[in-house]
Amino acid sequence: MDHRPQAWGRPRDDVYGAYDASYMQTNGPNQHTQSPVVTGTSVVAIKFKDGVVMAADNLASYGSLARFTDVKRIRTFADTSIVGFGGDVSDMQYLDRHLTELSIDEAYQQTAHTLNARSLHKYLSKLLYHRRSKFDPLWNHLLVAGLDEEGKPFLAAADLLGTTFSSPSLATGFGSMLAQPIMRRYVPDEESVANLTRDKAVEVVRECMKVLFYRDARSLDSYSLAVVTKDGIELSENEKLEKQSWAFADRIKGYGTQTV
Amino acid sequence: MTSIGTGYDLANSIFSPDGRNFQVEYAVKAVENGGTSVGIRCKDGVVLAVEKVITSKLLKPGANKRIATVDRHLGVVYSGMVPDGTHFVDRARDEARAWRETFKTPISTSDLASRMGGYLQAYTLYQSVRPFGITAIVGGFDSELEAPVDGEVGSGPSVGAGGKVEGKKHGGPGLYMIEPSGMYWGYYGAATGKGRQAAKAELEKLNLAEGTLDLKQAVKEAARIIYVAQQDNKDKEFELEMSWISGADGPTKGRHQEVPKDLLEEAERLAKKALSEDDDEEEEEKGDDKMEE
Repeated sequence: MDHRPQAWGRPRDDVYGAYDASYMQTNGPNQHTQSPVVTGTSVVAIKFKDGVVMAADNLASYGSLARFTDVKRIRTFADTSIVGFGGDVSDMQYLDRHLTELSIDEAYQQTAHTLNARSLHKYLSKLLYHRRSKFDPLWNHLLVAGLDEEGKPFLAAADLLGTTFSSPSLATGFGSMLAQPIMRRYVPDEESVANLTRDKAVEVVRECMKVLFYRDARSLDSYSLAVVTKDGIELSENEKLEKQSWAFADRIKGYGTQTV
Repeated sequence: MTSIGTGYDLANSIFSPDGRNFQVEYAVKAVENGGTSVGIRCKDGVVLAVEKVITSKLLKPGANKRIATVDRHLGVVYSGMVPDGTHFVDRARDEARAWRETFKTPISTSDLASRMGGYLQAYTLYQSVRPFGITAIVGGFDSELEAPVDGEVGSGPSVGAGGKVEGKKHGGPGLYMIEPSGMYWGYYGAATGKGRQAAKAELEKLNLAEGTLDLKQAVKEAARIIYVAQQDNKDKEFELEMSWISGADGPTKGRHQEVPKDLLEEAERLAKKALSEDDDEEEEEKGDDKMEE
């Protein structure tokens, strides 16, 4: 199969035949970042009774090459909210600077910040939708976590199309397939959030990061972990996966160099 | 005034024969009528304070702030014409934003003072404009720590000097005062507005250059100085407004913020107490004089 980023999301040649390029215009429209270049993989997050736990590994891949191994993909906003970025890293950088500017503008008023996690998520989703409507999308899938206007834990996602989604647990990229089923065992609905302790939530997220490292070829064993509560944000950017066991790898068959 | 009727005061861009720009000097007069502003640079931060004269009883107490935040680590206070000050702050915010846009790092206090000094100076050059009727005090705390570049991803090479000079100290508190002429100097303590003479005399007594005063003491001193400077103008009601900036390990964590309410009230209480003690002493002295008679 063709793994080049240019081929992502396109019909497979081996299934549908080669694309007839004669249909393509040579002087086509201006293509901005219509495909990502340096990318971050999954972000996972889960609500617990007092806040939200989020994690993302520290890898920025260049296609399948593990190009940068110390890229921190969880960013804080105004000491009250966090944003986890999946997708294009340069667009993440742009958004991070944009949010820095926004938080400085907010601080012009001497009263405390008025933007909570919900308003931040709304703002970012509108921005993403605006950019996709300009056919110049910011190639990211974001998770926004913090507290809402009532001081309750808030967690929501926004993607490069401006689509929004909210759930007691969320994950982007590969995590939506590999980590979500694990997290849903603990918080299947909003009611169960009240029963999940912080320690348990952190444990679940760490477990998810481990599963992702086992299964996702674009992931890394060093990651960032953030806990946001009413007391603020605790962000540790150099976590390491512990107690890995690759015993299961022996039993996997069907791809790679194996012939039997 | 000697200039009256000579015609040299009609516009900027015309010197008088003895080398003065009268428009600038009139702008300074406008400043001298404004409520007193004070800035103190102490060992671990900067305090800004202003005597906000109450122009109407219909104004909401605590509203209409006179101290402005320019960037996270920068604050500005000014004496003189408030609309001119508002425009000064707008411009300073634009400068700070543009600096970040270009260099991806916060503007230093000295660089902001330089930019704003240049801006004010340009308003002394042309027929079509008048100088700013304000003197502004710019306070800031430039990070002493290794600050990340805005939007930084990754941390760069883990070996090599990276262009850093070992043992060199960076950052710290900064305080600058910018006058209508565009002239600006760095200060340990700065005062402007109506009560500046009394305030400067009090600031000199603090021996700020020694670097012994800490932020909390500076807050109390600033409050007291505003009250002392206000003495000659007792009939006017005023509000005390104060802000402060510390380093990353201090109470404001490198941010420009309002002084918390409890500390402000404590400082005001002490300031009033210090004043009434002074009054008592004066009365005692008067009493002694009478005895001798």
